Amino acid sequence: MSLKSHVPEGAIQEKWTKHQFDLKLVNPANKRKFEIIVVGTGLAGGSAAASLAELGYKVKSFCIQDSPRRAHSIAAQGGINAAKNYANDGDSVWRLFYDTVKGGDYRSREANVYRLAEISTAIIDQCVAQGVPFAREYGGLLDNRSFGGAQVSRTFYARGQTGQQLLLGCYSALMRQVDLGAVDLYPRTEMLDLIVIDGQARGIVTRNLVTGKMDVHIGDAVVLATGGYGRVFYLSTNGQGSNVTAAWRAHKRGAYMANPCFTQIHPTCIPVHGEHQSKLTLMSESLRNDGRVWVPKEKGDKRAPGQIPENERDYYLERRYPSFGNLVPRDVASRAAKQACDEGRGVGETGLAVYLDFADAIKRVGEDAIRGKYGNLFHMYEKITGENPYKTPMRIYPAVHYTMGGLWVDYNLMSNLPGLFVLGEANFSDHGANRLGASALMQGLADGYFVVPYTIGGYLATAKIAPADATHAAAQEALGGSKERIAKLLGVRGKKTVDELHRELGLVMWNRCGMARNAEGLDKALGEIPRIREEFWKNVNVQGSGDDLNQTLELAGRVADFLEFAETMVIDARERNESCGGHFREESQTEENEARRDDEKYSYVAAWEYKGVGERPALHKEDLTFENVKLTQRSYK
Amino acid sequence: MSDRNIRLKVRVWRQNGPNDKGRFENHELAEISQGISFLEMLDLLNRQLTLAGIEPVAFDSDCREGICGSCSMIINGMAHGPQKGTTACQLHMRHFEDGATITIEPWRAKAFPVIKDLVVDRAAFDRIQQAGGYISVRTGSAPDANAIPIGKEAADAAFDAAACIGCGACVAACPNASAMLFVSAKISQFAHLPQGQPERWRRVQRMVAQMDEEKFGACTNVGECEAACPKEISVRNIALLNRDYLLARFMKEPV
Repeated sequence: MSLKSHVPEGAIQEKWTKHQFDLKLVNPANKRKFEIIVVGTGLAGGSAAASLAELGYKVKSFCIQDSPRRAHSIAAQGGINAAKNYANDGDSVWRLFYDTVKGGDYRSREANVYRLAEISTAIIDQCVAQGVPFAREYGGLLDNRSFGGAQVSRTFYARGQTGQQLLLGCYSALMRQVDLGAVDLYPRTEMLDLIVIDGQARGIVTRNLVTGKMDVHIGDAVVLATGGYGRVFYLSTNGQGSNVTAAWRAHKRGAYMANPCFTQIHPTCIPVHGEHQSKLTLMSESLRNDGRVWVPKEKGDKRAPGQIPENERDYYLERRYPSFGNLVPRDVASRAAKQACDEGRGVGETGLAVYLDFADAIKRVGEDAIRGKYGNLFHMYEKITGENPYKTPMRIYPAVHYTMGGLWVDYNLMSNLPGLFVLGEANFSDHGANRLGASALMQGLADGYFVVPYTIGGYLATAKIAPADATHAAAQEALGGSKERIAKLLGVRGKKTVDELHRELGLVMWNRCGMARNAEGLDKALGEIPRIREEFWKNVNVQGSGDDLNQTLELAGRVADFLEFAETMVIDARERNESCGGHFREESQTEENEARRDDEKYSYVAAWEYKGVGERPALHKEDLTFENVKLTQRSYK
Repeated sequence: MSDRNIRLKVRVWRQNGPNDKGRFENHELAEISQGISFLEMLDLLNRQLTLAGIEPVAFDSDCREGICGSCSMIINGMAHGPQKGTTACQLHMRHFEDGATITIEPWRAKAFPVIKDLVVDRAAFDRIQQAGGYISVRTGSAPDANAIPIGKEAADAAFDAAACIGCGACVAACPNASAMLFVSAKISQFAHLPQGQPERWRRVQRMVAQMDEEKFGACTNVGECEAACPKEISVRNIALLNRDYLLARFMKEPV
């Protein structure tokens, strides 16, 4: 199958407007005849479900959490970008577009990114109208702050809880539609398979997580907004329930998986502590506005931070990148931290940490001003580490945070499988090889509020969709397969817990396919992953039954999918013999240890087609062309 | 800082479903590092149970950084445990002594039936939110975000109320199992904002009616809710709700 991105013709500024006009419309009276299945209730899924219901479609909304309000978007801290230029500092749609393409190391699709920048301003309007309490100045107008990878202040925020506030806004819009009878809600329900009929995505198999009952839901289109796959590394900043299952099952049904090796390691997280840790905690990137990152100049300097004089400290980001300083993009900051630690200059008990120091900022503006900006983050840091960051510098280290890769979609956010739309972190489209801070919330809401409501109409108005119901052979086959798999997971009763096997996989992924990768390590991973997968199916221990709430069983199903997905991710990393963004291949770096891209050979999206468990997937390429942004070696110096 | 290992006795509630009577089960844990979180301690308990062929304890958790509101358990008689302004997931074992016995129970309230062990059904909160806990704004119909200035004080007050994570600790801590703190937080957030005014009187009447229908108890100004709230939402929001509710009734505002 050839990959058509369906990017409209014309100048980049006019593409989306023209495309909205060209898309066929569904007559308002006909909309209620179409049923749309939306999986996931985070910023992308929640906003899509609410907006599609407002338009008149019949919507079913599914989530694994006990309430749509608990989707993991809620944990986003720092902010959301928008090209409002309220700060009068030279921002524009064009600049946001340019920063995002450059920040993504020229591995995203230009037209999608431009549309994202264009829509960004309407998102802020929408959220404010919903009652989202963004930070304001005394004059009553909205406040902005800076974020990594940008030299303008375009980030809107709600203290350190921006994701929570945006999600609650989106959740309230969704609850309104439930109130109006336009959305049926299915909480604590997990999608276990995608149903494809006559080549079109038509439904899903679900399991009610409370009763264990498995069902078939058939509709006219399926929207996946099921988040990222960071938990493939076991330790990450993701929620415990975050998983790749919905996306992976769609992939096994024919949807291509694009650029899975593009993962984001966030520079400012609380370092790993002990072997029983279940998750890593992020400290918002906004802290780098006032915090200064440093390590001792000398190797193995074990003095307390306060005892290291100014001239014996290396503020390495300010030294190496004078124009962006502490606000370089995440991939650059993470790699620099790793390099400092690899040189033996890391701090703390493990030597795997660097300082994020607020002493200068506190001296400049006072402790109260710092508390006003970051109070909840400092509080959180203290709870976890037992140390007071107002007095002693924070210790931070990079951790897995976000995944830029995901299911392949065209300009309409539709997969190569007709009728399957993929939104937010679950798709691959807008962030290239590295996402800039405060852009995930922007993309999730852009996709859900302002893109898919148009493009899904274009599909439904023209697609020929044959009548089908749950008795269809394809639906019954998928249902049967899901039931068998549950029975199989429960039947092993081996000697290792799901967590133990998940942790083994995570270690392989972090060591071989983490912040730095090389051919030798990736090849080793390709030997190690199948061995863990094999052991999983022989030796996993899942207690309890499939007929009621069984959290181990849920987790086991997700880990089993990670064990298949991981291999594709490593194959993708192995295939891409260049460094770009978060994908750092040690073989491809400049003399100054920066990522060296190879635009001649790798300026494409790698979209993988499933061929079977343990079989090498087939590679399809979508060539990336840049007509508006000139490709250069990314520099933040 | 270095963390010691401690031994613990855990007395944990087990219940197979809403109709099961339920019981406490006792377990011992050796070598728990004080550096780990409370839920990581439960992970270790569950590992021990699994390897002994016993079904693990069911409990809700997701973000494990105090924002999603999933975790919900009574620890030694206190919702979310002994630390003020802290969810169970952010509680660390350094607050427990060597040899301590820890009692863990689910939220107990008629409106939150137990699903299994420590997991309860909080869908009542969603249904209250559906009864007008929103501002009616269609996607795409909003004016420019800076068109309506909102003073910093009002915006901050709205934010303080909006910080609610919907965990239900307020209900669990209240001797009457009242949901007033949760409902008032939403009412108060919108009442402080100009966008919330057109539906203000209808909203308060509908949400309160739904709250009553869900069989939450009445508020008798005990204040346990504020003390237990991991986000330290103020009971002043309840005063605002009461005022708005009375005004709406006296003025015979439409529902």
